[in-house]
Amino acid sequence: MISFVAQSLSVALLFLTLSACQDSPATSADNFKLVISGSSTIAPLVAEIGKRFESQHPGARVDVQTGGSSRGIADIRNGLADIGMASRALSPSEQHLHGTLLAHDGIGIIVHQSNPLVSLDSEDITNIYTGKVRNWRDMGGLDAPITVITKAEGRATLELFLQYFNLTSPQINAHVVIGDNEQGIKTVAGNPQAIAYVSIGTAEYDVAQEVPIKLLSLGDIPASLAEVQAGRFPLSRPLTLVTQTTPVGKIKTFIDFATSENMHDLVKRHYFVPRQG
Amino acid sequence: MIWSNAITSSPAKGDRFLFHVLRSFAGIAGILVVGILTFLVSESLPAFQQIGITAFVTDPSWHPTEGTYNLLPMFIGTMYATIGAVTLATPLGILTALFCQYYAPQAIASGYRAFIELLAGIPSVVYGLWGLVVLVPLIADLRPPGPSLFAGILILTIMIFPTVTLVSLSALQQVPKEYIQGATALGCTRWSMIRQIILPNTWPGILTGVTLQTGRAIGETMAILMVCGNVVQYPSSLFDPIRTLTANIALEMAYATDTHRASLFLTGLFLLTIVIVVIMSTQQARSNQAYG
Repeated sequence: MISFVAQSLSVALLFLTLSACQDSPATSADNFKLVISGSSTIAPLVAEIGKRFESQHPGARVDVQTGGSSRGIADIRNGLADIGMASRALSPSEQHLHGTLLAHDGIGIIVHQSNPLVSLDSEDITNIYTGKVRNWRDMGGLDAPITVITKAEGRATLELFLQYFNLTSPQINAHVVIGDNEQGIKTVAGNPQAIAYVSIGTAEYDVAQEVPIKLLSLGDIPASLAEVQAGRFPLSRPLTLVTQTTPVGKIKTFIDFATSENMHDLVKRHYFVPRQG
Repeated sequence: MIWSNAITSSPAKGDRFLFHVLRSFAGIAGILVVGILTFLVSESLPAFQQIGITAFVTDPSWHPTEGTYNLLPMFIGTMYATIGAVTLATPLGILTALFCQYYAPQAIASGYRAFIELLAGIPSVVYGLWGLVVLVPLIADLRPPGPSLFAGILILTIMIFPTVTLVSLSALQQVPKEYIQGATALGCTRWSMIRQIILPNTWPGILTGVTLQTGRAIGETMAILMVCGNVVQYPSSLFDPIRTLTANIALEMAYATDTHRASLFLTGLFLLTIVIVVIMSTQQARSNQAYG
C-alpha cells in the first residue's frame, strides 16, 4: 500500500514537472472545453484523467457528467457531449458510432486458500448467491456452511455481477455485505467457508502478496488479468469511450492521452484492468 | 493601593470583553449544530418528496436501486448493538474505575490509568481491523458466518468502556476526603463505603460517562462496518449479521446518486434525532436525581 502511494505520488510529481516544462505560450494559448458524459462506473476514472489532462494542457477544461451508459450514447447521438462513456461494448445498432477501449472491468470469484474447489460455473454461483445451495459439500467441497459475501448497493462490481448472472439485488441471499474490495478480501482470508466477488486486479495483487485467498476459474476459464485483457474472461466488460466519428483534433488528443500507458496507474487505482498495448 | 484601585475600576470592561468573546464562541457552536441540521434536512428533502416519510418504515426492504427504502431493520440493529455494548461496558467501566481508585496499589493504579487512557485513544479503524482479522474468525469457528451483532457488541464494548472508566475516575476523585475518613472512622468496610457513600455521591458524574459512551456507540462507524456483516435484516440471534445506520451511510454514500443519496442523508438525520433523544433523556434523568 505504501509503495503504491509512493509510486503514484512520484508519478504525480513527474507529471507536475512535465507540465511545468510544457507550460509554454504555444500550448497555453488554446482554450477549449471537452464535455464527457455517461456511465457512473467510468466517470470517477475519467474525472481523474481529466484533471491530469488539464494540468498538462493549460486552457483545457474537461467537464465530466454522469447519467449512465445510455445517456452517454444518447448525448453523443444528439451532439450534447464530445465523448460518451459506456461500461459495455457498442451494440450492433450503435455501430455507426466509434468506440475506443479505455480499460476492462473484470470481477473474479474468490474463496479461502484452503477451499479444495478450483472452479465454479455460472449455475453454481447463481445457486450459491440465491441461497439454493448452502453447504460446500453440494459443490464437491468440504461439509461446511457457505458464507456468502456480496457488495453494497450502488457499487459497479455489484451491478456487473447482477447483470452477468441475470439477478436482482433482493434475490441475493448474503451473510456479509462489504464496501470495498480489500474488505472483501480480508473477510475471505479470515473465513475458510467464505465466497466473494471482487475486482480481478485487486485479487491478483493480494494473491501475489500471499494473502490466503484464491481466484476460482469461471467454468474452464481461469480468472486472471491476462484473460480479461484478451477479452476471454466472461465476467468482465469493456469500458468504452464513444465518439461520433473516428476521433480527430482535441477529442483525439484527449482519447490518446486517456488510453496511453501513463494512465495505467490511475486505471489500476480504480480497480480496472488496463488495456493491452 | 493603586493597583487595587485599577482592578476594582476595570473589571466591568474586562468582563464585558470576556462576555462578548464567550458569547460569540458559544454562538458559533450553536450555529454549527443548526447549520448541520439544516444541511441534513435540505439534502434529505428530495427523499421526503419522492418517497414519502412512511416508505422508510413500511417498505419491504432496503434496496435503493430497486426503489425500496426501509430503515427500520437498521434502526433496530443500531439499538441492539448500542444497548448490548452499553450494558456490558457500564459495569465494566465503573468496576475498573473503582479498582483503580480504591483497590489497586498506587504504582499499579497510575500505570493502569495510563493504559485505559491509551485504550480510549486508539482510532476506531484499528479496533475494526483487529476485529476483522482476529475476533471475527474466532466467532466464525464458534458459529459461522462470523461477522455478527455479537462481534459488533464486543468491539463496541472494548471501545467505549474506557470513557466510562475515565469519567467515573474523575468523579470519584472529587468525593470529599471527609466522607471517606468519616466512613473509615465508623468502621465501614471498603465495599460498604463505596456502595453507601461514594456511588450515591458520584452518580451524576458516572451518568455523564454513560451518556458519552452511548453517543459514541451510536455514532461508531468504521469498526462496526468491518465486523457486523452489514446485511440489512432483523437479527434473530446474536450471531446474525446486522447493519447499523452509520454503516449504511458509510457503505453506500460513495456511489449513491439522486434519491438513493437523499435517503442516506435522511439516515443521517434519523441518527441525529436518536442522539438528541438520548442526550435529552439522560439530562432529564440527571435533573430528576439532583432535585428529586
